[in-house]
This record gives sequence, C-alpha cells and structure tokens, in this order.
Amino acid sequence: MRQPARHCRLARPPLYPAAMTPLKNIRNFSIIAHIDHGKSTLADRIIQLTGGLTDREMKEQVLDSMELERERGITIKANTVRLNYRAADGETYVLNLIDTPGHVDFTYEVSRSLSACEGALLVVDASQGVEAQTLANVYQAIDVDLEIVPVLNKIDLPAAEPERVKAQIEDVIGLDASDAIEISAKTGLGVDKVLEAIVRRLPPPEGDPNAPLKALLVDSWYDPYLGVVVLVRIVDGVLRKGARIRMLGAKASYTVDQVGVSTPKKTPVDALGPGEIGYLTASIKEVADTHVGDTITEERRPCGTPLPGFKPSQPVVFCGMFPVDAADFEDLREAMAKLRLNDASFHYEMETSAALGFGFRCGFLGLLHLEIIRERLEREFGLDIITTAPSVIYRVHLTDGSMKELHNPADMPDMVRVSHLEEPWIKATIMTPDDHLGAILKLCEERRGVQQELTYAGSRAMLVYELPLNEVVFDFYDRLKSVSKGYASFDYQLLDYREGDLVKMQILVNEEPVDALSIIVHRSKAESRGRAMCEKLKELIPRHMFKIPIQAAIGGRVIARETISALRKDVTAKCYGGDVTRKRKLLEKQKEGKKKMRQFGRVEIPQEAFIKALKMDR
Amino acid sequence: MSNSKAQLGVYVHWPYCARICPYCDFNVYRTRDIDAGRWRAALIRDLEYWRARTGPRRLASLYFGGGTPSLASIEVVEGVIDACERLWGFENGPEITLEANPTDAARSRFQAFARAGVNRLSLGVQSFDDAALAFLGRDHDGAAARRAVEAALSSFPRASFDLIYALPDQTEDAWRAALRAALRTGVRHLSLYQLTIEPGTAFERAVARGRWRPPDDGLAAALYDIAQEETAAAGLAAYEISNHAAPGEESRHNLLYWRYQDYVGVGPGAHGRLRADGRRIAVEIRPHPEDYLAAVEREGCGAASVEALDAEAVLIERLSMGLRLAEGVILDAEDLAALGPRAARLDALAREGLVARDGARLAATAEGRRLLDALLARILA
Repeated sequence: MRQPARHCRLARPPLYPAAMTPLKNIRNFSIIAHIDHGKSTLADRIIQLTGGLTDREMKEQVLDSMELERERGITIKANTVRLNYRAADGETYVLNLIDTPGHVDFTYEVSRSLSACEGALLVVDASQGVEAQTLANVYQAIDVDLEIVPVLNKIDLPAAEPERVKAQIEDVIGLDASDAIEISAKTGLGVDKVLEAIVRRLPPPEGDPNAPLKALLVDSWYDPYLGVVVLVRIVDGVLRKGARIRMLGAKASYTVDQVGVSTPKKTPVDALGPGEIGYLTASIKEVADTHVGDTITEERRPCGTPLPGFKPSQPVVFCGMFPVDAADFEDLREAMAKLRLNDASFHYEMETSAALGFGFRCGFLGLLHLEIIRERLEREFGLDIITTAPSVIYRVHLTDGSMKELHNPADMPDMVRVSHLEEPWIKATIMTPDDHLGAILKLCEERRGVQQELTYAGSRAMLVYELPLNEVVFDFYDRLKSVSKGYASFDYQLLDYREGDLVKMQILVNEEPVDALSIIVHRSKAESRGRAMCEKLKELIPRHMFKIPIQAAIGGRVIARETISALRKDVTAKCYGGDVTRKRKLLEKQKEGKKKMRQFGRVEIPQEAFIKALKMDR
Repeated sequence: MSNSKAQLGVYVHWPYCARICPYCDFNVYRTRDIDAGRWRAALIRDLEYWRARTGPRRLASLYFGGGTPSLASIEVVEGVIDACERLWGFENGPEITLEANPTDAARSRFQAFARAGVNRLSLGVQSFDDAALAFLGRDHDGAAARRAVEAALSSFPRASFDLIYALPDQTEDAWRAALRAALRTGVRHLSLYQLTIEPGTAFERAVARGRWRPPDDGLAAALYDIAQEETAAAGLAAYEISNHAAPGEESRHNLLYWRYQDYVGVGPGAHGRLRADGRRIAVEIRPHPEDYLAAVEREGCGAASVEALDAEAVLIERLSMGLRLAEGVILDAEDLAALGPRAARLDALAREGLVARDGARLAATAEGRRLLDALLARILA
C-alpha cells in the first residue's frame, strides 16, 4: 500500500520547545472555497510567505497530500498547518490553517473542521462567482459563529468581475463584501493583505490555561510510524506529553506519548495550550477507538461539561463490491480493512450474490466517496472489482407493523408482507448561469423533484429542490454537469424519509433473475427504466450460441423485454499450420477475458454490464 | 501419440505475389527482384537444419504455399523436392502440393511443375464470375479460371480449387449455381471459404469506411449450409469446416495439421510443430523475406522463435484443429488430464447437440462446427 505523504517521519528537532502561545497571538482559520476556486493555491502562498516550508520542501498544494485528492483537487481528511507570521504590528502570530473538504459528500468533515476555528476565509473565483458548495459551507461557518473574510481570487484574469461577485456575495450569502480582499493566489498579488486580515479581522481564541484540560478531537488517522494520530483543538487547560488523558465519549484513558504540531511536518512540542491546534499520539490501537467530536480531558481532573461534539457520520449510499477474480476475495477484505482504518465513514460487510459471488456491501457518505474508495482499491491495492448500482437506505414497513432498513434491493422482502416503503429525501441547492436553467429544471422534474425556491443574483440562478435521494445517487451529478456544460454546482443535505410508491424491479437474463441488477424504483419510472436497462444489456451482453431473452419484471409481471439473437455462424474459415498459433493465442486471451465475465446460468455477462446497464443516457 | 506413429510433413512458404488481394492477411509481399538461386539455397539450408532436429524420418507430404508459389522458378521447386528426398526421403505415394493462381501464365508452367514432382495442384480460383473476381482484386477472369481448372485436372493426378462465398449481395441461389458449376468440372476436392474481414486488409478499411458490408451471420450460415448440401449431394462431403473431398481425395498435408501431426515449416513466416524430447515444440520462422534470407545465410536457420508448449497449449491446439474435422479428435489420457474439470462441459455440450462422443472420440456436430469458435471457447475458456 502506498502511504499518503502526510505520514512523514520526524526529521527535525522541535521548533517550539516551549509552546503555549499567548491566546491573543493565535489565529485559527479555515479556507472555504469551491473546487478550482483556488483554495489550495492560496494555502500554498500563505505557507510560502510565512516560511512554513523551505523552497525545497515546498510541494505544490501541500495540504492535499493524498494522490487521489491531488488529482481531483479535493481534500478528504482534515489537514492542518501551523505557521509563524510576523505581522505589521511587529508581533509574531501563530496561524493554524485547517483545511476543509470541498465536496458535497464531506459536509460532515467540513463542519468539524470549522468547529476548531474562530474564522474563515471565503475564497470566491472573481469570474465564476459563488457556487452551491461554497454556499453550503459558508452557512455552516455562519452557524458556528465564525468570522468570515471574503477573498476574491483570480482577480488578474480578464474575465474577473469583482464588483458583480461582491454584489452576489452580499445578495446570496448576506455577507458584507465591501472589505473583500482582491488577490491572485497564482501570482501572489494581495496575499500579504490576506495575512494581515487574518490577524486583524479574525478574533483570537478564548480559553483558560488553568482550567482542567478540555480538547476537541477533530480527526484521527493511522500513521504507519506513529500509530493512531489524533488531531486536537485545545479549548481549556494544557495538554502535555506524559499526561494521562481520558476520552469522555469513548470512555477510554491513555498516556500521551507525543504532542506536536504540523508545520506541516510533524514536529513534537512539550505542551499545547488553550486555542492551540496540534496532534497527540497515545498508543491508541485503532482509529475506530477514537470518536471524532469527542472531548479529551485529564484523567485526574476531568472538565465539567463535555463539548457538544458531532453526530457520527452516516453512510447514505450503498453498493456491492465484488472481486472480478473470486480468488481475490481475501485481498479485497484486507484492503477494505486498511481503508477503514483511516476512514471511519466507510462501512462494509460481507455479501453473497448469486451473480457475483462473495463480496461486500459497502456504505459511503456519497457518490464521490464511493468513487474514491473504488479507485483506491484498484490503484493502491491493485484489485479488479465489480461495483453494483448504488442504492440508498429504504425503510420497509411490513404488514406486521415492524420496519426494517433495506440497504440492498436484493434483500427486499416478499411484497405481500410489505405495507409500504419510505425513501430518503434531500434538499438540493443548485447554482447555475441562467442560460442552463431550463435544462436543469427539466432534469429535476424528471427526477421527481419538488421546487422550493428559484432566485436570481445577476445572471446566476439559485434553485432549491426537494428530491428523492434515489433519483440522485446514480448519475444526477453527471447529468447536471452535462446539461449545464459543467457550470452548475450542486449541494444537498438529507431532509427526511417519505412514503413512496416504490417497487423492486428485477432483470431476468435467459429467464433467470440477476440479483445484482435488481433496483428499487418509483412505479412511475419502472417501465422506462426497465426498457432502458433491457436495451442497454442487449448491447452489453455478447451474442451466445442460443437466443437470450432479457426481461424487466415487477413481481411476476414483465414490463419490458429485449432478445439477443443467437449466433448463427462463428467459425474461422481458414485454419492451417500457421493459424493454429493465432487460434491458440486467441483462446488464451478468451480465457483471461472470461475472468471479467460472470457466468449466469448459461449466459456470460461482462462485468461492465452491471454498472453500465443502470446509466441512463437520455 | 508416440514419435514413431506421428506423420511428418514439410511446408514451404513462398511469400511473393504479383499483387496483394484486398481480403488477404497472409504473410505476403509484392514480387520484386527475386534471386532464385539465393532462395533455393536458403530454403535447402533451412531444411537441412530441421532434418538435423527431426532425425531420420520419412515425409508423408510436402506443400508449397504462399503467397503465389506458382510464380517461383522451377529451379526453386525442384531444388526443394530433391532436398526433401535426399534429407528425409518420401513415404510411398507422397503428396506434393503446390498452390497456383489460375492465370494463363501459371497454366503454361503446370507441366514443368508436374515434371519436377508436384502431384497435386491447389488453384486459387475464388470465383468463376468476372464481377466477383474484380471485386476480390484477382488478376484472372472466369474464362482463365476454367482453362486453368481444366489444365490442372489433366496435368496432375490430383487437383483442388478454392472458392470464396459470402460476398456482399451474393444470394443463396447464386451461390448454389456457382457450386453446381464448380462441381461439374469433375474436381474431387474443393475448399470453400467464407469471405471474412481480416485486420490490416484493404477490405477492413473499406468496410470501416462504410463502402460495403459483408452479409450478416444469418445469411453466411445459410450459404454455409448450402455448401454442405451441394457438396454432399455430389459425393464431396465436408471433411473439414471449409474442405470437401471425394473419399480418399482429402488433402493429406492439411490433415497433418488438423490431426496435429508433425510438420516442418521453412520460408518466411512459416510455422512448424514438432516433438522433441517428449515435448511439443512450436516454431515460428522470421516473417520478412530479407530477414529470413539473411538469418539462414548467417545462422543456418530461419527460426524467429522455438517454444515448448505446455499441456494446456497442446490441448488448445489439438482441439482447435481436430474439432474442425468431421472425424473429430481422439482424446487421450494427456488431453483428459489437461482438460481437468472442463471435461464435464462436454456432457452439457453433447446434450445441446453441439458435440458427439463415441468412446474416446470427440467430434463437433454439423451445428457445432458452424459455431466452432464459440464452441471452443465454451470448452476451453
């Protein structure tokens, strides 16, 4: 397994032998920005200007250290960097920058990062304006009473319209943007003003160094050299190396092995005082032993009331993951266990499918999260996996009055026992240039959306829709990007469960149901979905020596049907002395290819069919 | 199969053609300045190398294929035949086949080839229809083809010719008529090939550009079935997917391939299969003519690779070849061991009517042969 670069060895002697900075000289902040609006570039500039890393150490976008995060320009884990800044007033300040994920799936991580700060920089692309994701994160920051400094980035671009974007920030978010700082993170223009604003406009933390220790567990991860590393924000008291600490929620005690700060290299310090952000290690065995949002205190002198904490993150999207080669099952299990070590929001449990054999039912925070896990399994662990269609959690109310949660359409009870089904609904916020509005409204209506709001700010529209999550999980985001030519942005939050006229649709290939292709679908959509899936499968399943009927059915009723005609002639015309080698190589290739096929009765279904059959091109 | 019982044949590849046919993906090159003496010497030297590897055995067959070996000089053909006689010696009544184009120029040399020892001619007629021949890019017309067939049947003890079917727009009636006309020539062996679009050919590019489309597999199957009916009615039933013969008139050389016997291949791009130290070896000769000549002259051997095949590879090759024959293959203990649990698939395929088993003999049924590529994948993959 390749290790994220963040887990670097201790290289230098402590930079802060006697830590505990005075409160008035500490500033803790996050940067809120939409993907590509320049958050990472600005972070790089700030780190460079304050000398956090030498040029040699300076890597582009140090905060986004995981390979995938770098590629997609997103951040998943909370990373921090502690910087020393000598301000215009002659004082030296400690700036703690806490990075936040920028994607809809990781809203939860955003909220906990923000809880460790007193302020935030709101970075908006001066040509693009406010996006849905920015909006969601800013509201979160406002909810936890952060001071927000608007920053207009990419001011050097010819398309920049700072005045229009300032007006938008005021109209849409309701923030005073008259003091917005105009910068170009790329060229470095205005970044010094940002540093001054952090010191002058953001409040210092509050806290009592003499009170019992009270610290927020912000995040934790597994480091191969240090073991479990816990990111903490000290609220009151002092965290020292060697101290006995207690985690109030987890009800566990540990002796602190090491206390340190990230510069962004892990650098040990003797102690962390109120307002400071740093890490601790304490021979904690597993990441699962640490609860994000927990309160850490002293064992001998515990604090009175714990911090409010966070609700644990709950997976909302589920899918099956199966090894392409059944022999890889154990490897897949190990790989998942390793990923889970650093990602408590990723859930998995064993699943058996008649079509796909042994695998796992996995839970994710969202589709991007799913995609990241899938890619990591393939890239870092070299596994070939089949992913089944994403599903949400349905509530199945049975006629006996009981309710069960359904994570997998294949587990749907017999319909005679079912009284009704409920499905999760979300509140979706979409921001788009108004020329794509028509297409987006149509998309939302097609997905059973209920419009709540439609407002304009300049030439941009903000749409709020209530939508069933099951209409969103599969390809809504792709479709939204496609109908808006990439300009629309999207964010959502879970609302509630609502009763829906939902049915389980099965796909039968050659008269046999293929469990991995079953979906729960709204009755009004069943026929068109069924027809689309049958047509797609007809393209995806190669012709066989016999004809293959493909049917979509609800209960015993067939609602759509296609037929793959039988091969009539399939034989090499000329095969002599030299052709046998070619023929053999072809058969050897077919043997390899067969590993990527799933045998279903007499029919071989290519693994790609399991995911492609559910994509809707229309 | 032990060494002693296996038959041995020699294949000689002549890589040159006067023109390259748009459907052909063989190892062929446009005729250029050909130094017949150099070719003759190189082919003989290569044969000497293989004689040393096979040890003393008799040849059941010698086959000149190509390319267009009827363009090769008599000196080359004669030299190779004499060398085979000298190096191995022929069994009684050997088959010595030469592939020829049915042009008038080739026809004028038939007697000379016969005198050199060729006793079977295989003519690349492809069609007797002028329009079809023009489409196939051939440099003969229907009348020349008829003259060549007539001359071949009178000049050689045995002769065969090829036809290509499933041309675009070919109807079932037209194919039936063409077959009947072909059978009326009195020929005792026919090779009937479906036109297939091969990678890297001019036809592949034409089809990709949408110039024309080959018939779908439904029509191709109907045309194949017509070929089975018409040849069987004339007493030339199929003994292999694309080959039809009166009893005893089968190509003994090609049977060596399909029965997975031993064969030495010389000339550019030729392949060989031999047994050595109890193992099956696959030989591939350098494909490019100049490379081939240079390698033989330098090293005394033109092989690009000599590879020992494992049991699985042998099984795949034996079944791929043997199931093409109406007679099928005899599955020996080694085959069954290599087949392992896949042997159970044969029972299922037998129930589907695609294969038939008779003791140790496994054969594809008529239906199974028409779908042989898919059938092989179901048995082996």
